[in-house]
Amino acid sequence: MLSQDFIRLALLAGTPIALASGAIGYFVVLRGQVFAGDTLSHVSFTGALAAAAAGVDLRFGLFAATVVVALLLALLGDRAASDDVAIGTTLAWVLGLGAFFLDLFNRSSRGGNGVIAARTLFGSIFGLSGGQARLAAVIGVALFVIMLAIARPLLCATIDSKVAAAQGLPVTALGAGFLVLVGVDAAEATQVVGALLMLGLIAVPAGAAARLTASPYLALTLSSVFAIASLWLGVVLAYVIPSFPPSSAIIGVAAVIYALSFAAASVTARWPCWPRGARPSTSPGSAG
Amino acid sequence: MSFFAYPFMVHALEAGTIVAVMAAVTGWFVVLRRQTFAGHALSVMSFPGASGAALAGLPLPLGYFAACGIAAAAIAAGSRTDNRRNLAQESAVIGAVQVTGFALGFLFLSLYGGILENLENLLFGSFLGITATQVDVLAGVAVCALAFFAVVGRPLLFSSIDDLVARAGGVPVRALEIAFLLVLGLAVASTAQITGVLLVFALLVAPAAAAQQLTSSIAGGIGLSVAIGLLVTWTGLLLSYYTDYSVGFYVTTLAFAVYLAARLFRRLVRS
Repeated sequence: MLSQDFIRLALLAGTPIALASGAIGYFVVLRGQVFAGDTLSHVSFTGALAAAAAGVDLRFGLFAATVVVALLLALLGDRAASDDVAIGTTLAWVLGLGAFFLDLFNRSSRGGNGVIAARTLFGSIFGLSGGQARLAAVIGVALFVIMLAIARPLLCATIDSKVAAAQGLPVTALGAGFLVLVGVDAAEATQVVGALLMLGLIAVPAGAAARLTASPYLALTLSSVFAIASLWLGVVLAYVIPSFPPSSAIIGVAAVIYALSFAAASVTARWPCWPRGARPSTSPGSAG
Repeated sequence: MSFFAYPFMVHALEAGTIVAVMAAVTGWFVVLRRQTFAGHALSVMSFPGASGAALAGLPLPLGYFAACGIAAAAIAAGSRTDNRRNLAQESAVIGAVQVTGFALGFLFLSLYGGILENLENLLFGSFLGITATQVDVLAGVAVCALAFFAVVGRPLLFSSIDDLVARAGGVPVRALEIAFLLVLGLAVASTAQITGVLLVFALLVAPAAAAQQLTSSIAGGIGLSVAIGLLVTWTGLLLSYYTDYSVGFYVTTLAFAVYLAARLFRRLVRS
């Protein structure tokens, strides 16, 4: 199977993106920003369609749209209390815009058969070109390195933003910068698993990791490991069973891992195998 | 040419009106309870529901309602730790449920074979093919949903505002929460058949969010929310009729504009 070019490209592009998505996803879950991540993934759909309608490179539309909306979300959601509603209404509007661009595109001479829409929505990891895969790998690694670099201050700002601000950390800038990272990751992951499923690489492995351990760095590592495992197993599954779309297979594996984490958490809650004080809490993220 | 001359426009207006009222009332509670994300995830569930029903050869509405019901139960079951709402875990659970739904829907569609033809209508809806039967079904669902809010509105409001005090006062908070999610699933499942999976949400959240920016009164808020929902739907349908772009685009844009205007207005009044 590894002798096939498209499999090698899929793994080359997918592994760094899964690595970065797992790490970024842990903070997304910890900060309670899964909904924001979801919105950014849908935004990438609108961006790609806008670029398609205008006839420019899809990737330009992807990155421009996600970065702009990430900044907009950071601006709108200044207070925690109005967060999810502000995000929700923005999301609805962005999807409506997507429908509009789809209309425009279908009417132009280039459009018609809906392939672009389907590819953007559900991705096509087996259809990547060599250049796309290498770019995806570079961006994935870069995102992961940036994430590790800001992990400590971001963790501080996430767990107690007041204390972090008192210590002189730029809490607002960190939050906005983090959302931009999520946006770039969403734009890149859209090309691999698609706009609608990219949340599966961000939220699902991280949700499982956060259920299993309260230690931040361990959870971050676990989350990346789960994401990469989902990607690899998913690719193998899709290769072995040709009627299984790769995006669905990847998310399917991630969902199974998540379901197992519930089982594992309830087992350790019932029969703790370590002293009471050291027992991992099942609710690490209540600060979000 | 008056659009009332066309039966499909009349059906679209009827369906749009029913959906706008039901979504605005349900949405008011969604916004109050901060369950916007759950609303989005449940609305998305109609996609696997519809494609799964198509694959199995069952009637589509059955698929919509079954998928939304299962997802509502899963979200309700997974979103509590130590018997309390835990917002971070809740959002992870909802995200997982939603994305699993999308993945299943995509799988069913590829197995079914008709990937590209119906995808757009399924996701973005079409007001134009609504039949009289669909309008009747919608009206039935809306009556059920509104009856639910008429009966349990008070305790639901109590538990939405203060979970702990409500529990101490003997309100069955957990049962209410599950029942609310199921009604929400029912409402979005029926709405999605008309507005499409991805746009239900504009009618569910934006009018209610705008109304809550403008007033904190309960009856006033729900009334205002319904009024905004109706206004947005009717204007969107008319604009779409005369300009030939999709209803979804107009409805979402108008709703977002109303929400932004409400936020701006509130800020001006305060200062």
